[in-house]
Amino acid sequence: MALTAMLLLAALLSLVWTPWPPEQIDMARRLAPSSAAHWLGCDQLGRDVLSRLMAGAQSAWLVGIVAVGIGLIAGTALGLLAAARRGPVEAVILRGADLGYAFPALLLAILLAAALGPGMTVAMAAIGLHAVPSFARLVNGSAKGWWARDFVLAARVAGQGPWSITWRHVLPQLLPLLIVQGTTSFALAILAEAGLSYLGLGTQPPQASWGRLLAEAQTLMFEAPQLALAPGVAITLAVLGLNLLGDGLRDRLDPKEQPR
Amino acid sequence: MTDNVNGMGGMGAPAAVAAVANVANAAEAPLLEIRDLHVRLPGRRGEPLHALRGIDLSIARGESLALIGESGCGKTLTALAVMGLLPDGAQVAGRIAFDGRELLTLDEDAWCALRGRRIAMVFQEPLTALNPLQRVLAQVAEPILIHRLLPDRTAARERAMALLARVGLDGRQARAYPHQLSGGQRQRALIAMALAAEPELLIADEPTTALDARLRVQVLDLLRELVAERAMGLLLISHDLALTARRVDRLAILYTGGVVEQGDARELFEHPRHAYTQALWAARPRLGAGRDQPLHPFEGGVR
Amino acid sequence: MTPLLQVQGLSQRYAGQSVLRDIDFALAPGESLGVIGESGAGKSTLARLLMALERPHQGRVLWDGVDVNAMPARRRRALRPLVQMVFQDPYSSLDPRWRVGRSVMEPLLALSMNEAARRERMSEVLVAVGLEPDAAWRFPHQFSGGQRQRLAIARALSTRPRLIVADEPVSALDVLVQAQILALLRDLQRREGISLVVVSHDLPAIEILCDRALVLRGGEAVEHGPAARVLREPQHPYTQDLLAALA
Repeated sequence: MALTAMLLLAALLSLVWTPWPPEQIDMARRLAPSSAAHWLGCDQLGRDVLSRLMAGAQSAWLVGIVAVGIGLIAGTALGLLAAARRGPVEAVILRGADLGYAFPALLLAILLAAALGPGMTVAMAAIGLHAVPSFARLVNGSAKGWWARDFVLAARVAGQGPWSITWRHVLPQLLPLLIVQGTTSFALAILAEAGLSYLGLGTQPPQASWGRLLAEAQTLMFEAPQLALAPGVAITLAVLGLNLLGDGLRDRLDPKEQPR
Repeated sequence: MTDNVNGMGGMGAPAAVAAVANVANAAEAPLLEIRDLHVRLPGRRGEPLHALRGIDLSIARGESLALIGESGCGKTLTALAVMGLLPDGAQVAGRIAFDGRELLTLDEDAWCALRGRRIAMVFQEPLTALNPLQRVLAQVAEPILIHRLLPDRTAARERAMALLARVGLDGRQARAYPHQLSGGQRQRALIAMALAAEPELLIADEPTTALDARLRVQVLDLLRELVAERAMGLLLISHDLALTARRVDRLAILYTGGVVEQGDARELFEHPRHAYTQALWAARPRLGAGRDQPLHPFEGGVR
Repeated sequence: MTPLLQVQGLSQRYAGQSVLRDIDFALAPGESLGVIGESGAGKSTLARLLMALERPHQGRVLWDGVDVNAMPARRRRALRPLVQMVFQDPYSSLDPRWRVGRSVMEPLLALSMNEAARRERMSEVLVAVGLEPDAAWRFPHQFSGGQRQRLAIARALSTRPRLIVADEPVSALDVLVQAQILALLRDLQRREGISLVVVSHDLPAIEILCDRALVLRGGEAVEHGPAARVLREPQHPYTQDLLAALA
């Protein structure tokens, strides 16, 4: 949890302040090692690495939130619909999910980039859309289990309609699942964003992104390895932090686990 | 062996044999002896819960004892203590002697040698106690193989098949998966599994709660026959005095962690002394006593 | 007088298998019926059909003379306050994430009552089943099995139903607690004049609560008549068998 908080802080901070403007180019400082002024040194264009890293955190967070948001909301809605309606509606949604799942994410990103031009929006859309089927399937499977429980039957006996039941009984039971899946997806989204940016399909210069930082550092691996190290470590920490956060939150949210 | 025994009068040939065996064994040490057993469990806010307070029980070979009490009174804990399966953090004091040997000081390896082989347990909910991914025959054969009672798988399966037949399951049912069997059939399969390694003591924890009225009687009768056949000891745990009283040799009534009354089943049945025993006895509505028969809910509960 | 509940030629199938065949009976207001049978006999299916939680393959279920499956869903929902249910497993019939008071009040949402009136009614029914009104603030896992069943009964009572269908109401409970719940149900029957349909394999419970009895075997009704008669002088060999086993 601390890790994620730290990263969140870094990103938020970078919105307001960075040690150096991330875009400021100072060729004199080219590839300078770490120093008091520049904690992580400077990159090939003399830009402060730490600042770029923090700015990169922004992209990571933004893409993550939007992509996971799309996946979660659309996927959950579809999953719940399928579980509540059953029959042909469910069959269509599940088959659709299977199709979506099978479609390669990268291809989706490339297609979107070709249509709309590369950029952060495309990255968010591609990653988000790709996340929808997994959420849908997961939610559907879990929701179906809850629909079969006695207390849902009791709600039907009480005269509650399917939407009311879905919203008041089934969805709350799914929260721990959604949280864990959400954080996992977030971690995956960050990785995906880094990958896309690395390939040039995601955030475009001069906006910083960890993926691109890695790509840029690649050519300079032997001269200045720390340039690759910094974004790599950042990505690792982000993913780790999110996974731990998910676990922790899930345990906290179960009323049965509360001390009585 | 197959006479339908109802009521206390006709106990049948097998029990008579066991009774004689009991007299012969009277000089021997009891199969299971529990003396002054105390179990404390970690409580909610740090104070330990004194769950079992000085339990004294004994079971001889060929004898069946029913431990009766409500949910939460500690009956299952007693069984777990005998099996060495108490939860982490439990503090135990007292003596549990099995065939003269003290159990509470055993290490895990010694326990494993005992469990399943000399002491076996039948659980309450057969659906969760059976492996859903394995056929019943294989599960019954497993203890035989684990404890190396027979040299190979074929021999073990033959023995398992014979056991299943003894509990009333045919070849087709033996080759089924647990979910394909009915509740009663699953419970019988569990019993066969418990018997596979030829234990000397069988512990049955509420083996009939998940079953219909008629099946309950059948399962208990089956247990009684098996115990007599094999001169095993049976510790039967239940909340239903009326159901079990006529089908065991002795009874012990457990109330809030202590044994309040203990003795010959028939004696206790006809002359219950403790108020709780009387309440247990009076609680079950009687068939034929009419719609307006008085019901005696006992208000001094565990919770 | 229109029967409160009537069932005509009711049949049900699951996956091609017949689980209920041609069931007929009628229940007058205030009268109680026991449905006796072993596992797999179709009792729970019948309970769900009576509650219109499923559509039958064939046949009709009539509440107050009207076919429940032939009306639009909205109208059926409007009738639900009159017919409530108590389920077998006290450990899964209450939403674990809801405070129990909220669960008990749930059926009242179908009636037009304001929040204050609902809370008052909730306190009333909690007391009626022998619980404290401030139990409403706790969660299900803080109660024992017997108490949870009382909560389930309180929930069923909240809308002042005319019929309660109880599916094995005491089978999952300890013997001593069973007596308490049976006494409670019998008491409520007498005081409030509620009709009960008790579905169970527990014959003494049926004797205590029911005027009439229907014996199910393999989905078919093998015997039907006044409970006292069915349980003391059964005519069908299956019923005789059941009774003999329990002697």
